[in-house]
Amino acid sequence: MTTVQERSPMPQEREPNPAHSDPDRPIGYGRIQRKEDPRFIRGKGRYIDDIVLPGMLHGAILRSPMAHARLVSIDTTEALAHPKVHAVITGKDLEGLNLAWAPTLSADVQAVLATDKVRFQGQEVAFVVAEDRYSARDALELIDVEYEELPVVIDARRALDPGTAVIRDDKDGQTDNHIFDWEAGDKAETDAVFARADVVVSEEVIYPRVHPAPMETCGAVADYDPIDGKLTLYETTQAPHAHRTLYAMVAGIPEHKIRVIAGDIGGGFGNKVGIYPGYICAVVGSIVTGKPVKWVEDRSENLMSTSFARDYLMKGEVAATTDGKILAVRTHVLADHGAFNATAQPTKYPAGFFSIFTGSYDLEAAYCSVTGVYTNKAPGGVAYACSFRVTEAVYLVERMIDVLARKLEMDPAELRLKNFIKPEQFPYKNKTGWEYDSGDYEPAMRMCMEQIGYDDLRREQAEKRARGELMGIGVSFFTETVGAGPRKHMDIVGLGMNDGAEVRVHPTGKAVVRISVQTQGQGHETTFAQIVGEELGIPTDDIEVVHGDTDQTPFGLGTYGSRSTPVSGAAVALAARKVREKAKAIAAAMLETRPEDLEWEKGRFFVKGDPSAAKTIAEIALGAHGTVALPEGIDGNLDAEVTYDPPNLTFPFGAYICVVDVDPGTGKVKVRRFVAVDDCGTRINPMIVEGQIHGGLADGVGMALMEFIGFDEQGNCLGGSFMDYLIPTAMEVPDWETGYTVTPSPHHPIGAKGIGESATVGSPPAVVNAVVDALAPFGITHMDMPCTPARVWEAMQGRPTPPV
Amino acid sequence: MHVTMTVNGTEVTRNVEPRLLLVHFLRETLGLTGTHWGCDTSNCGTCVVLVDGEPVKSCTALAAMTAGHEVRTVEGMADGGTLDPVQQGFMEAHGLQCGFCTPGMMLTARALLDREPDPDEATIREAISGQICRCTGYATIVRSIQWAAAHPAAAPSEQEVTA
Ligand code: FES
Ligand code: FES
Repeated sequence: MTTVQERSPMPQEREPNPAHSDPDRPIGYGRIQRKEDPRFIRGKGRYIDDIVLPGMLHGAILRSPMAHARLVSIDTTEALAHPKVHAVITGKDLEGLNLAWAPTLSADVQAVLATDKVRFQGQEVAFVVAEDRYSARDALELIDVEYEELPVVIDARRALDPGTAVIRDDKDGQTDNHIFDWEAGDKAETDAVFARADVVVSEEVIYPRVHPAPMETCGAVADYDPIDGKLTLYETTQAPHAHRTLYAMVAGIPEHKIRVIAGDIGGGFGNKVGIYPGYICAVVGSIVTGKPVKWVEDRSENLMSTSFARDYLMKGEVAATTDGKILAVRTHVLADHGAFNATAQPTKYPAGFFSIFTGSYDLEAAYCSVTGVYTNKAPGGVAYACSFRVTEAVYLVERMIDVLARKLEMDPAELRLKNFIKPEQFPYKNKTGWEYDSGDYEPAMRMCMEQIGYDDLRREQAEKRARGELMGIGVSFFTETVGAGPRKHMDIVGLGMNDGAEVRVHPTGKAVVRISVQTQGQGHETTFAQIVGEELGIPTDDIEVVHGDTDQTPFGLGTYGSRSTPVSGAAVALAARKVREKAKAIAAAMLETRPEDLEWEKGRFFVKGDPSAAKTIAEIALGAHGTVALPEGIDGNLDAEVTYDPPNLTFPFGAYICVVDVDPGTGKVKVRRFVAVDDCGTRINPMIVEGQIHGGLADGVGMALMEFIGFDEQGNCLGGSFMDYLIPTAMEVPDWETGYTVTPSPHHPIGAKGIGESATVGSPPAVVNAVVDALAPFGITHMDMPCTPARVWEAMQGRPTPPV
Repeated sequence: MHVTMTVNGTEVTRNVEPRLLLVHFLRETLGLTGTHWGCDTSNCGTCVVLVDGEPVKSCTALAAMTAGHEVRTVEGMADGGTLDPVQQGFMEAHGLQCGFCTPGMMLTARALLDREPDPDEATIREAISGQICRCTGYATIVRSIQWAAAHPAAAPSEQEVTA
């Protein structure tokens, strides 16, 4: 393991990669500028709303103003009479096509356009297709809908009360709002440990509903060609292949006649994993009108109707000895899934990977149970860089460790250090069945403490406290489980969670890499070129990465859950290695020697003991496609394909410390400093890695202090615009300080673990722990997010309220 | 109604609906899709363009109100093949990920540097505080703008085309 401390160097200080002979044509890993940037900085990205097709029409959705109501009638006469309107589609029309309901990613169904009832505010009721975007919205006003109000279920804690309105009366046999019960770990064993523990702490911990809110909202442009029966669908999707398969299953259009194109995506964070009613409506609109139809939602539609995140009500409990040995953790979770169970997660994991709530600690026992319920809120649930609910798990355990530290009067950093899984225990099997691949936690924690000056900060805090000033230091240490996943355990709607990659080296030695995952800003065009370059010695500039078009790329499940590098990155590396093996055989033929007599150095094979007898990859590529007499079993190209089935998940980790100052008069929290030490195994492009971390840290500050999708008693969404749903600006976040350690994954071809969501997962508890630490003088042991000034002020008055 | 304005140095006249927003005029009427759109409430700033050199949220202005003014969009930042140092800085310091907020951020940065060639970090943060980036966490945007401040002469474009 290497340990490196860095305070993000200014770009001009960057070190040249020693492997690069020509510094202007870098090869392989290292900090290089991104290949995608030249188009973005010129405004030449091609996002969904930039797509204009000849004769294209515009769609708009009429949404329910009510959270729960019976649909009595819809009158579209006036809208249809609008001179610029081409079609108005309702649930009834879709029923005729068998498309009124669509399967969700969690074995439920979801209304595309309401037929019987509306079940959340903002639900889709009708779709207008018109000549331009303004007319389509004008026509929405002309649709007359009559609703009959029904009792609303908003508080998940009330959802299962007897006599509560049944939201999903469309489902046969559904007589209440219960969706599922799920558990992990050994209950009896855990209860026994709790019964004999010296100390038990417990706390109700809420992870409120938040929203990924990428800067680009969701949208689609559907172009159905009635003559050849082909549907071309431009979409904001993180998973183009999975979408294509699902459209084939749902709409009955044969899969080979569907082409899904995801161009540039203006941020996803899980918001763009699912298939939304608007996409299906655009397809139907195109079929009905015979013209391309664009639908792009506005911001309030995005916040009110598309995939939310979290909404977990958790009871956390920790058992320990008086000297601070943590023995067991136990939790029950009430999971609010909204009106349809539409979370995107592996089939066998209805609570995602929440059972990683054992954290980074060596425990004797652990048990969790999760109950999922329906409420009159938007569906969704696995989004916002959550790594399949690892976010909720890490928040719970890291909050609870601090509660324990307070109870034991121990320093929270020391308590963590005392209980870490030791390096020699890896691969470590935890009490809920995960096998952590590798880890070395203590150096990361110590580096973080040293970098922030932990002991000095504690001294400063003590002095400030004596003066009545409120300063808090928050620690968190996370272990993620990402890179889903092994197909024997993990599928989404029956599709194994594997990804394909194809590497082709053309006759002149330039390569094209085709991948199944979809960038939303993560820099795939650069990272994947670097992986291939590292394996084949081809300069990054000479490698083109093709993605986001199902007609041009191999099948795979897409980008979410930090799976691009762990799964697709492995596929790409292995495909490149296959190419290298093939190149070796061809080089041997060209050099008239045996493959085993050749040695590889980045970019060429040479005869052992005679480095002048060599063939570069470019020469071999030309030979492969040329007239070289090929060895038996080798065909005339330099291509390879791999579909990667990961043997296990990967387990990135990190240590985060946050310092806050709280204004005692207003309750306003200021994040003064934030140090993040991450270990994601091998770092392919450190600049991109660091960028991913920075973004996630801002998410964490946002969730901890500002972001919240609330509802009133009538089910009105109170977070439906950027006036109400507050996202950090440059003023609310500090200049991030980062460091890293490198503990490669032993089972991954290049040792990379994935980084996309680490900081979003790890940072909220650091911030909240800091706020609670600052409020210690008031006797506060816990307060729920978001720690807005008003709520912090309430907490200071001794009455922290749960967010509702 | 007929609206005439100067966009990226060229005078344009178009017949538009009086209610047409400037952002839609630029994106749809003129096809300049580098200016983005991200909210309904003038909060996100992905739509920022320069009107007479000042950052303006183009979702908050009507095309008609802009008649007679000079508009500069991201497409007008590079001078021929030569990038604006701000553009170069965003590539150097990883000031962008998905790129959606980037045109607005860069134009605000340009206006700031025109006014104040060597701003400190707090000034930069305040200048971009009306705009949201969901990807970068802002530190690299600040560093990008600092890079541009430190390299006022525009760089030749060949250098970055290969990037
Ligand atoms: S589009 Fe959000 S401020 Fe203009
Ligand atoms: S780069 Fe994606 S929103 Fe700023």
